[in-house]
Amino acid sequence: MRMNNLKNVAIVAVVLGTLAAVPAHAGKTLDGIKARGQVVCGVNTGLAGFSAADSNGKWTGLDVDICRAVAAATLGDPEKVKYVPLNAQQRFTALQSGEVDVLSRNTTFTLTRDASLGLHATVVTYYDGQGFMVPVKSKIKSAKQLKGQTVCVQSGTTTEKNLTDYSKANNLNIKPVVFEKLEAAENAYFTGRCIAYTTDASGLSSTRSKVAKDPNEHLILPELISKEPLGPMVRRGDDEWFAIVKWTIYGLLESEEYGITQANADALKATSKDPVVQRILGASEDTGKLLGLDREWMVRTIKATGNYGEIFERNVGPKSPLGLPRALNNQWNKGGLMYAYPVR
Amino acid sequence: MNAKTPPKKSSWSWRSQAFRGLIYQVLAMSAIAGLVWFLAHNTLVNMRVRGIQSGFDFLSQTAGFDIGESLYPFDSSEAYWRAFLVGVSNTLRVAVLGIILATILGTLLGVGRFSRNALVRGLCLCYVEFFRNIPVLLQLLMWYVILTEVLPAAADAWTMGPFFLSKGGFNYPIPVWGTGQLWAAYGLLPGVFLGWAYRRWTVRQFEATGQAGSMVVLPLMIVFLASVAGWALGGAPTEFNRPFKGDFSIENGGALTPEFLAVLMGLTLYTASFIAEVVRGGIASVAPGQGEAASALGLNQNQEMRLVMLPQALRVIIPPLTNQYLNLTKNSSLAVAIGYPDVVSIANTALNQTGRAVECIALVMLVYLITSLGTSLLMNWYNSRAAIKER
Repeated sequence: MRMNNLKNVAIVAVVLGTLAAVPAHAGKTLDGIKARGQVVCGVNTGLAGFSAADSNGKWTGLDVDICRAVAAATLGDPEKVKYVPLNAQQRFTALQSGEVDVLSRNTTFTLTRDASLGLHATVVTYYDGQGFMVPVKSKIKSAKQLKGQTVCVQSGTTTEKNLTDYSKANNLNIKPVVFEKLEAAENAYFTGRCIAYTTDASGLSSTRSKVAKDPNEHLILPELISKEPLGPMVRRGDDEWFAIVKWTIYGLLESEEYGITQANADALKATSKDPVVQRILGASEDTGKLLGLDREWMVRTIKATGNYGEIFERNVGPKSPLGLPRALNNQWNKGGLMYAYPVR
Repeated sequence: MNAKTPPKKSSWSWRSQAFRGLIYQVLAMSAIAGLVWFLAHNTLVNMRVRGIQSGFDFLSQTAGFDIGESLYPFDSSEAYWRAFLVGVSNTLRVAVLGIILATILGTLLGVGRFSRNALVRGLCLCYVEFFRNIPVLLQLLMWYVILTEVLPAAADAWTMGPFFLSKGGFNYPIPVWGTGQLWAAYGLLPGVFLGWAYRRWTVRQFEATGQAGSMVVLPLMIVFLASVAGWALGGAPTEFNRPFKGDFSIENGGALTPEFLAVLMGLTLYTASFIAEVVRGGIASVAPGQGEAASALGLNQNQEMRLVMLPQALRVIIPPLTNQYLNLTKNSSLAVAIGYPDVVSIANTALNQTGRAVECIALVMLVYLITSLGTSLLMNWYNSRAAIKER
């Protein structure tokens, strides 16, 4: 009898324990973020236009704005982000170990990374391709002229393998000089150790505009040797959090498609008759509830960062120091690849 | 174990010191084993839960990346383990050369501290204090900046005959490998043997008759002549692969990259300052009467240092010297900061291509462990040879 009682108590205890361990609906990552009051976001150590801290320690850039958008959607305040600058090698470990909630660090989505690292690729925020930068005075006009030359590259990137593939396919015998840190790789190129520097074309523009003494002395070669879909990654095992990050980005994209901007979001919410706009802004349906957020999630996000187009123009667009064209990153109905799943 | 317990006491008594000792050891061992098991198990479980793939199977997959410099040809289609070997060979290359150069430089500096010339003494002191008080990573970066900033571009390389020095590194002619070179290598083998035999004979002769023969120069001459003879037998080829100025870089010939040179210089100059102190300490530990006795016997200053002081100092020098060798080898891992493809750099790349962080770090640890233990073993053997023979 006594034994039986003990056994029952034990069973109840186990069941209670299991119930307690079941995550709340919104997912444990979001619970952690709410308890902490901050989204921890892994960003680049310094890549102008994507993620870079200014002299006051304020982070700006396209990748940074994604972090801000996620913070606005979940916590209601785009400033509630803790930025963790990560180099190329640290980034995946930092995300796997839970040091950061989301990795928004110009990271290329590849099969290996998506399938074997315990990570999920969310949505592409920048379609890129790998290119080469050379000094104008070298008179090199094409990557094919790099035969037998040294090329500076940062380790821990898809860049390293693309370079090898390209070198092999074109029989160029390029000698890579591999640096652990982005700054070291850039410095080695600017001091003339390497005849060329290679990374994603957006990164080349960023380096040229911010690090080069005179941007006009450096030429980005026309060849793009790879596809580099860049975007934020999250840890596996928390589908709710995955959905939140994914749909925040889709929300930003669809807002642009339907003309919702930072400036007119409030007005549109009150006046717009377009059902899509009403849905995005939470005027008709409560889409936030399905994600474990509140009704205002997308309005707040757009008011914090602007839609995707505004984020692009502000950080990397033609009028920014980087001066990158929209090209592939334009909306699908304007000749680009940006095609958001419908927020409904 | 029980055989060691004192026979008077019962071997299984709690009061037996030996038995309690055994218990403590078993407890300590199981605590350590338990901790290791816990860490390993926890890591594996966590990785499985998060869907992170693990295992060493990636080593046999195609690496798919190029390596800037290697001692032997490496192609990106070879496996990861081959890439790791290239990294290990690059690490060993810089470590072995660094150890040799640092030992020579350090010994000269250490001996220089006892010079009767105040200028030499002062310079040696300044060198030691300067180089050992600046972190080695900064020194590596400094040499790398000097090499890449100060040197001219390849197009205006400093030229000295067939040698070029530029941002691209140091380029030199290398003999084209042919039958002659092979025969020279063949000649080297009997040469080394003959030189060694001659040296042994000279020692015997000296012990028997007191006639001192040439201990260094003649044996080296024998080795050299033997390989020249081999080279001549092979048809005496004189063809060289000479470097020349290409459009953007120096092409052909042999090359030492600025990364390699910076690592080698940084590690050598840094470690030499420590070795200088070790040597100085060793010499200072020899009783001054030994030196005075040597002078009294009519040995000159050079002979006094070489024949009397240094051999005795060696017994004190070797153990801390081993430490410096280990430090140099381990410090070579900093080379990754300036882009030298050592084993750490290769592991970093492999880690990122495959995501096997734990495995890659473990491999690097294993490489350094084996290298360090190997160095220790070698130096311990040398130490036991140099130690005072107690008969």
